[in-house]
Amino acid sequence: MIEVENLTKKYGNARGINDVTFTVEKGEILGFLGPNGAGKTTTMRIITCFMPATSGKARVAGFDVFEDSLEVRKRIGYLPESVPLYTDMQVPVYLEFVGGLKGVDRREIKSRVGQVMDDCGLNGVAKKFIGELSKGYRQRVGLAQALINDPEVLILDEPTIGLDPKQIIEIRSLIKGLGGRRTVILSTHILPEVSMTCQRVIIINEGRLVAVDTPQNLTAQLQRSQQFIVRIGGPEKEVLSEVGKINTVSKVAVKESGADGINSYMVEFKKDSDGGKDIPPVIVRKNWALYEMRPIGMSLEDIFIKLVTEEKIH
Amino acid sequence: MKNFFLIFQKELRSYFNSPIAFVVITIFLIISGYFFYNIFATFSTISFQAMTNAILARQYGQLNITEMVVRPFFANISLFMLIMLPMLTMRIFSEEKKSGTIELLLTYPVKDSEVILGKFAGCMGIFTIMILLTLPCIFLIELFGEPELGVVVSGYVGLFCMGAAFISLGIFASSVTENQIVAAVVSFGFLLIFFMMGYSAGFASESIGDVLKYLSFMPHMYNSFAKGVLDTEDIMYYMLFTLFCIFLNMRSLESKRWRG
Repeated sequence: MIEVENLTKKYGNARGINDVTFTVEKGEILGFLGPNGAGKTTTMRIITCFMPATSGKARVAGFDVFEDSLEVRKRIGYLPESVPLYTDMQVPVYLEFVGGLKGVDRREIKSRVGQVMDDCGLNGVAKKFIGELSKGYRQRVGLAQALINDPEVLILDEPTIGLDPKQIIEIRSLIKGLGGRRTVILSTHILPEVSMTCQRVIIINEGRLVAVDTPQNLTAQLQRSQQFIVRIGGPEKEVLSEVGKINTVSKVAVKESGADGINSYMVEFKKDSDGGKDIPPVIVRKNWALYEMRPIGMSLEDIFIKLVTEEKIH
Repeated sequence: MKNFFLIFQKELRSYFNSPIAFVVITIFLIISGYFFYNIFATFSTISFQAMTNAILARQYGQLNITEMVVRPFFANISLFMLIMLPMLTMRIFSEEKKSGTIELLLTYPVKDSEVILGKFAGCMGIFTIMILLTLPCIFLIELFGEPELGVVVSGYVGLFCMGAAFISLGIFASSVTENQIVAAVVSFGFLLIFFMMGYSAGFASESIGDVLKYLSFMPHMYNSFAKGVLDTEDIMYYMLFTLFCIFLNMRSLESKRWRG
């Protein structure tokens, strides 16, 4: 649906993005990750035809963003990061205006506006001017204007920024519900958001592509060994030596000593071993108490930091 | 065409959703009404004196209401337009640039020309309302005297042409900056220079002087429209001026895209 080839954008001598290549399949939700100033917005602005690239190509639904700009723009719903809206217009009037510009049929426009306002939870503010709305509602209006012509491609630049937790959950589930029928590119620097909503992640840093994969694969690739936190009630020395004896365990250490001899231990297993199952039998045999046992997966945060900082060392 | 109309409608509405249109139109009407009163009062005083004093009447020569009231009336209005129209046009693009709405507007499936012409037409709409509201002054002249209606019509045509030129230059100035004050100052400054360009014609060589005079707004208003002369040369002058500014405006939007 979206093909980006060797895209480069220079701002004078400063570099926006450098040789970025990726594709997005139809119906996919792609997360765009990167620290501030990495080039996320630049890439999105090129795909949405707001500005042309210095070199390289981008195509949306087979149309080149530079050659067939109007065709591309008909198929895109875009929500810029700052959510720029006309503050002197009422919500439905604004949506009708945008719908008209985006080619929604005049006879269908009222019902379309009604539907989008339902979807985005805007019915409570139908009488208000956009300037009077809170940040969260403006964000929803921004999303509503992107959705008004039922576009095939949605490009959302940090769509959940500035929302309260309840709204974030609502917007996320709305975006998740959009996948399948529509292709979505979503930029963010909130990492859990990506693992929650996106099927694939692109990590971009200093204008260059660092990684493209599913969040699960990224985790698997970078994680060297499996770790567990285990909280056991029992004599510390004995626990350390007994657990250390298990042959799949490579390392045991006290992570936190608690009261009454209940300590948290960090247990590291050898690579490719399913070690978790070996611990409970030992505890049962020794008649200790098991309070907690959980695996520590490598979070997207760790991956992100790792990739972005590794990148800097090169 | 549909997009042009939508943008035109939106521009008109946003003028009336904010106090801009009301304030600019009201102040404009107060000033032009005040000046009109003074011109008219002066004329009636002179006429009264001439009626009672034969010597004075000979000194004044012919007292013509078209020459002495209608013509200065249009001349004054064109001067107030010079001050007021930059206030209407300054926000057109700079506000969109500042608030970032231009980013959305330019990613909708709309041509740059539709955006510019729609905005231009919206502003022309407000301006037309503004000058048509000065018609009561004409009715007053009509009530107390016998002005030539041809001059009135050509005067309004002239104001309309001149307004189009002022507005196109103002919108262009607004498209090069995101600061409204800068846009207003630049358009006011350039309008004033074009207004008074013929001023230095007398000091320049004959050929340059002619060019300066031709480029100036003033001779294309006072020596023609305000006298009741509808000359294609003057109409062409304002049309070309307007088209040139709209052309510059399109280039400035395009360069905005390239520079990001």
